[in-house]
Amino acid sequence: MSIMSKSSTTSAASPAIIARGLRKLFKHKDIGDTVAVDKLDLNVPRGICFGLLGPNGAGKTTTLRMLLGTMPPSSGSLEILGLTMPDDERRVRAKLGIVPQADNLDPDLSVIQNLRVYASFFGLPRQNLEAHLEQLLAFANLSDRRDHQVESLSGGMKRRLTLARALINTPELVVLDEPTTGLDPQARHTLWNRLEELKAQGTTLLLTTHYMDEAERLCDELVVMDHGRVLDQGSPQALIARHVEPWVIEIRHAAHAAERYTCLNHAGKLEQHGSSLFLYTPDRHHALAQIEALAPTLGALPILLQRPAGLEDVFLRLTGRDLREGA
Amino acid sequence: MSFTPSLRGATAVFSRNFLVWRRLFWPALVMNFGEPALYLLGLGLGLGHFIGTMDGMSYLAFLASGILASSAMNTASFEGMYSVYTRMGPQKTYDAMLATPLRVQDIVFGEMLWCAAKASFSAGGIFIVALALGLITSPSALWVLPAAVLVGLAFAGPAIMMSAIARNYDFFNYYVVLILTPMLLVSGVFYPIDSLPASLRPWLDLLPLTHAVELMRGLMLEEVALLRPWSNILVLSLYFVFGFYIATWLVRRRLLE
Repeated sequence: MSIMSKSSTTSAASPAIIARGLRKLFKHKDIGDTVAVDKLDLNVPRGICFGLLGPNGAGKTTTLRMLLGTMPPSSGSLEILGLTMPDDERRVRAKLGIVPQADNLDPDLSVIQNLRVYASFFGLPRQNLEAHLEQLLAFANLSDRRDHQVESLSGGMKRRLTLARALINTPELVVLDEPTTGLDPQARHTLWNRLEELKAQGTTLLLTTHYMDEAERLCDELVVMDHGRVLDQGSPQALIARHVEPWVIEIRHAAHAAERYTCLNHAGKLEQHGSSLFLYTPDRHHALAQIEALAPTLGALPILLQRPAGLEDVFLRLTGRDLREGA
Repeated sequence: MSFTPSLRGATAVFSRNFLVWRRLFWPALVMNFGEPALYLLGLGLGLGHFIGTMDGMSYLAFLASGILASSAMNTASFEGMYSVYTRMGPQKTYDAMLATPLRVQDIVFGEMLWCAAKASFSAGGIFIVALALGLITSPSALWVLPAAVLVGLAFAGPAIMMSAIARNYDFFNYYVVLILTPMLLVSGVFYPIDSLPASLRPWLDLLPLTHAVELMRGLMLEEVALLRPWSNILVLSLYFVFGFYIATWLVRRRLLE
């Protein structure tokens, strides 16, 4: 008995995820081996929302699949909730909630049946199950849809049902792979609100996303990865402070005449993303004055937008600006 | 790497299919029972009129026992191909299952049990028709349903293997046309295998349907002796066991790599 309680305390105190030297190689017949994830180290403490950010093809999905045990790592070690993967994968999955990128709700079943059947996959006892399911429906704002077929739900409702389904086993860690991709703004806000509630209850969240506003809003800590490696790790504020100047002035439609703006390099860092130029600067008043001084050489003053620097700027700076295709 | 399925996990997968099937009961009934029943009545009464008796029994009785076995084969095979493929690929049902403590072997075993249940459902339909036509003459006919479960298990594995290597639904045409249909024609469903060249006999003994037909015919009809029931059961069981392991290995390769 004492051993039982001791082991459960150590497991509760252990971090949610520890990955050491995690590596995944894909073997291809024609082009040789490619490295999807290269010696990744992660340490995710409990009770926070941890973000995994990176461009397409950075290795996020491969990393998640290794964490979930649906893809064996080529090398490295992995501990989740104090248990060793892949040896303890069934015990790990019993404590995990997963919201996948692509909806895989059961289209043959109704809303409530989706939850009930999923509960049976976890082998949850039937006692009090129905009350628990009703709570989850209420959490997902789907109580009035309980007997509808899944096909008739909107995209936002499906996502909320997927989240409710992931919570069926009262997981200690919830993994969300691009949870709000393709949702309208209302649906995103509703989902964010639910995720914040979960975090407040002490559930650890692991999130991948392409939306920097989402990461900035939800994540306590995050890593930016690319080419299978971690580029940097920290809180959104720390990353912003570390990598970019506090203010950004966007000069719209100026990229084609970039050479006229080179003198602005004295006022900050000038970068080109798409058709705009971005001036990252510690002193926006000084920088604006400089741009205005350029006006006579430009003919007309270009459209200017100024804002505090954010995670998106960090992301662009760390991962470069080349376009990803096919990844 | 473990292949031992958990019975509780397999039961959960089985129950999920049962829940869906209840909703789609009528189309399933038409497919799994209506079609073989039509063949039985059409061929049995039509051809039977010209043939009269075969192997010492009415052609209708001969055919009923054959179709009972072949409908179990078809039902299990089609469930293991089209339905399993749909859940594995387009519907991503297995991806959702694998995010729970269920493992591939639990899913495959649950699906095989389900294929077997449907096979037995289909055989049960034919059994009722045969009973109504007064074709069932042996008390051992009560064993027909458990035998149909075994036949279903034997055919489920190979069908799920096909699903695991299929890239689209059209791939199943190969298995149906090159394996199932030829087997249907040479395994004694429509005529006794004695009428085929003796040199073929050892090869025919490797086919699961030959054993399924022999077993069903012997169980159903008083005038036909069970020649080698244990060999029949052994061959079908081997297909079941090896089918399970190979199917699990292939599905795992498809889903987890």
